[in-house]
Amino acid sequence: MSVQAKRLEAWSPWILLLAVLLVWQGLCSAFSVSEFIFPSPLRIAQQLAEFKGEIAKHAWRTFWVTMAGFGIAIVVGVLLGFLIGSSRLAYAAVYPLMTGFNALPKAAFVPILVVWFGIGVGPAVLTAFLISFFPITVNIATGLATLEPELEDVLRVLGARRWDVLVKVGLPRSMPYFFGSLKVAITLAFVGTTVSEMTASNEGIGYLLVSAGSSMQMGLAFAGLVAVGAMAMGMYEAFSVLEKRMTGWAHRGSQGH
Amino acid sequence: MAADAGAPAFVDFHDVWLAYNDELLAAKQFAVEAIDLKVREGEFIAIVGPSGCGKSTFMKLATGLKRPSRGTVIIGGQQVTGPLKITGMAFQAPSLLPWRTTVANVMLPLEIVEPYRSSFKQKKAEYEAKARALLQSVGLGGYEDKFPWQLSGGMQQRASICRALIHEPKMLLLDEPFGALDAFTREELWCALRDLQAAQKFNVILVTHDLRESVFLADTVYVMSKSPGRFVVKRHIDLPRPRDLEITYTPQFTDIVHELRGHIGAMRKAGAEVAQ
Repeated sequence: MSVQAKRLEAWSPWILLLAVLLVWQGLCSAFSVSEFIFPSPLRIAQQLAEFKGEIAKHAWRTFWVTMAGFGIAIVVGVLLGFLIGSSRLAYAAVYPLMTGFNALPKAAFVPILVVWFGIGVGPAVLTAFLISFFPITVNIATGLATLEPELEDVLRVLGARRWDVLVKVGLPRSMPYFFGSLKVAITLAFVGTTVSEMTASNEGIGYLLVSAGSSMQMGLAFAGLVAVGAMAMGMYEAFSVLEKRMTGWAHRGSQGH
Repeated sequence: MAADAGAPAFVDFHDVWLAYNDELLAAKQFAVEAIDLKVREGEFIAIVGPSGCGKSTFMKLATGLKRPSRGTVIIGGQQVTGPLKITGMAFQAPSLLPWRTTVANVMLPLEIVEPYRSSFKQKKAEYEAKARALLQSVGLGGYEDKFPWQLSGGMQQRASICRALIHEPKMLLLDEPFGALDAFTREELWCALRDLQAAQKFNVILVTHDLRESVFLADTVYVMSKSPGRFVVKRHIDLPRPRDLEITYTPQFTDIVHELRGHIGAMRKAGAEVAQ
């Protein structure tokens, strides 16, 4: 690929974003859409600047609550994935139940969590956790369960115990799956936190969205959405850099472009 | 041959039958049957036969990964009852770990098998030197710190054979190790294996479907028939050692290959008649 084409590829998301904003702004200006119904990008930017202190405060709250829930999700997800991936019996027993649990809408847990933990940090952290541990578990388990039988034979002949095979081969093998799942899970965690804050908190972007909406400050509500979207994208990118660093051997095919 | 009569056999299969599970056993569906085999210490044997004839099953029996349904397998004077640490294995797929460098891949068995395992931390430098020396001896000098995916297929297969040999096994089992390589690379690896075996005198059981490969490398070639797997022909290869690749173009060599081909051809024909 030429240098120019590479540069175009690197900038393409920003160019697309700019194009969407321009069209959006153009439509809002051309049809003079009311800012109360559907604010233009310019209006949202103004609101962002005007309420930057307020938004930053709520965004920070949402951020650390999400990271707390996500941290728990990593610990629980890895342990559970290790258990399921390393034992056929555990896989058979746990997997159907977990799939059932994953199908439940996590927002439905919020009222229950409020009863148990009250309004505030508790429900938000736990919702973030509940929504994001599943992909981590599934990916660790998949990485462990898909071992080449020949390699297993090579090691078993040497007297390798199940634990040896898991630690020397299974875990490193599942690392690309693990880091891949972190990217998905972190964005889900932001969804969990925001949804929970909408009904069960007096702080955070979720709370900001609801209160701005109820006072017809549509520009501010959209600014809140921008804030949570930017945070989720930032974390996604951070984990994707981490993934490339830690498991470069698994991405060798894509190094060429 | 005279060698057979002397010292007790190193590998001794006595009337070995294997069915993979109880239902197959009850139905008398055996993957291999009536295997009788005596291999003296340091002998290089090759097993050839059509695909699906139970060659890989034979490998599992010789390494102790499978126990025979009937009969006994004795290796090194002891009956095989579980995985046999004095063996090393390599397969058609090199199956090296992509996150380890080539030298670290070769050292993997030392992290697992005793007595190396318990002294691995203290003697790591010594073991690493040993792994590097082994890699250099098969022509991989300068590639030790590369990752497997930076090597060509033939180089990966060399590294895989080094991994099978690092713990100095008495017996090397190879399951179609050169099957996925091009003809020139394959011949290079034949020579690499020939030299390693000449230097270290380990036993080799080579499973292959390449007749030229079996005749060039082995002391004895066994021809296996298809379902049920049985040894139907045993052929000593009395070509002098060390053998050069040139030997593969001599009439003597070609005659042996032709003769073996005849056995396999007859077997396939007979099989076809039975099938009708």
